Amino acid sequence: MSILAEAIVSALIIIGAVFLLVGSWGMIRMPELMTRLHAPTKATTLGVGGTLLASIAYFLAAEGVFSIHELLISMFLFLSAPITAHFLAKAYMHSRLKAGELPRPDGKGWSTYDKPAGVESGEAPPRDTL
Amino acid sequence: MIEHALTFAFSAISLALLMNLWSVVRGPSILDRVLAIDTMVINVIALIILYGISERTPVYFEAALIFAMFGFVSTVAYAKFVLRGDIIE
Amino acid sequence: MMAHDAQTRQARSWLPHPLMTVLLILIWILLQNSFSLGNLLLGVVLGVLFPLMTASFWPDRPHIRNYGKAVVYFLVVIGDIVTANIQVARLILFARVSSLQPRWLCVPLALTRPEAITLLAGTVTMTPGTVSCDLSADGRHLLVHCLDEPDPEAAVRRIKMRYEARLMEIFE
Repeated sequence: MSILAEAIVSALIIIGAVFLLVGSWGMIRMPELMTRLHAPTKATTLGVGGTLLASIAYFLAAEGVFSIHELLISMFLFLSAPITAHFLAKAYMHSRLKAGELPRPDGKGWSTYDKPAGVESGEAPPRDTL
Repeated sequence: MIEHALTFAFSAISLALLMNLWSVVRGPSILDRVLAIDTMVINVIALIILYGISERTPVYFEAALIFAMFGFVSTVAYAKFVLRGDIIE
Repeated sequence: MMAHDAQTRQARSWLPHPLMTVLLILIWILLQNSFSLGNLLLGVVLGVLFPLMTASFWPDRPHIRNYGKAVVYFLVVIGDIVTANIQVARLILFARVSSLQPRWLCVPLALTRPEAITLLAGTVTMTPGTVSCDLSADGRHLLVHCLDEPDPEAAVRRIKMRYEARLMEIFE
């Protein structure tokens, strides 16, 4: 394994680890949930992405195997991280905030508080909203 | 060189996991704890991948993939529980 | 003309989602982590079978007009994710918590297709200092939370110019 390949793999490992550490540190440091939400959703995607790229590069350089199934994990995390953040934000709005504390859109209100068109008020919300 | 990088990464991720544990303990609300556990799962995925590199084997890949899927589903289930008071309606 | 119509309907009933089929084959090969004829054949079988079995869940196909622009959009977003990471990491490490200006933004949407709005919301969450939080009940506004944004109007303009305009060209 050449020095260059080793340097690249080591750099990717260190970048990944540093971003993961920063993400976790941000979650401790930020004062409340909405600002805390920013730290892990961003810093960890590059954190895991860095380690996965390091794994691809390592197996390519050391064993000569072109192993790209690591991409599958990063693809899955890139798809799921926004959904997780969205759900946590919605749950936070539902449990802590009132509609008046947020900027009000023209037309109908936010879907966490307002029911979509066609639903009678006072009824249980339909099953397929969310 | 890679050994040193891995040692550094293992200590950094262990520290990150301890910080997450502290966030879980501190809270203060359920959602803070859910977020902390979600971050913990992501750190564990990275730890498993790095362990695979240090053992020079790709067999741990599936474990990481299952952690990724399981973490996502459980976080969504927790958030939905907070939103609706029920998971499967 | 009639024959042609019947032919496309036939193809549609066997391959309700060609893109999904291609994606499933690709994921199968990635999951096996080796390319061989047997794997490819099994992937094709699964890729045809799953869209057929789940066709009733996806009545509409996503309508992508411009694949070249979609690739450009993907690259732009990857670049922005990297800058977003560095920017947020800098805020976490060096900014004083009391000097942060977290804000809620209300972004009016010109997009109408659900898959385009989903992509926009996902992109907003992954890029510099913003998390998308909610959609208005009529689907015309997106609620966005910013970590540190002194100028809300500029942030709304940036989201609309950089991402929404591109998605508009891809989907509508």
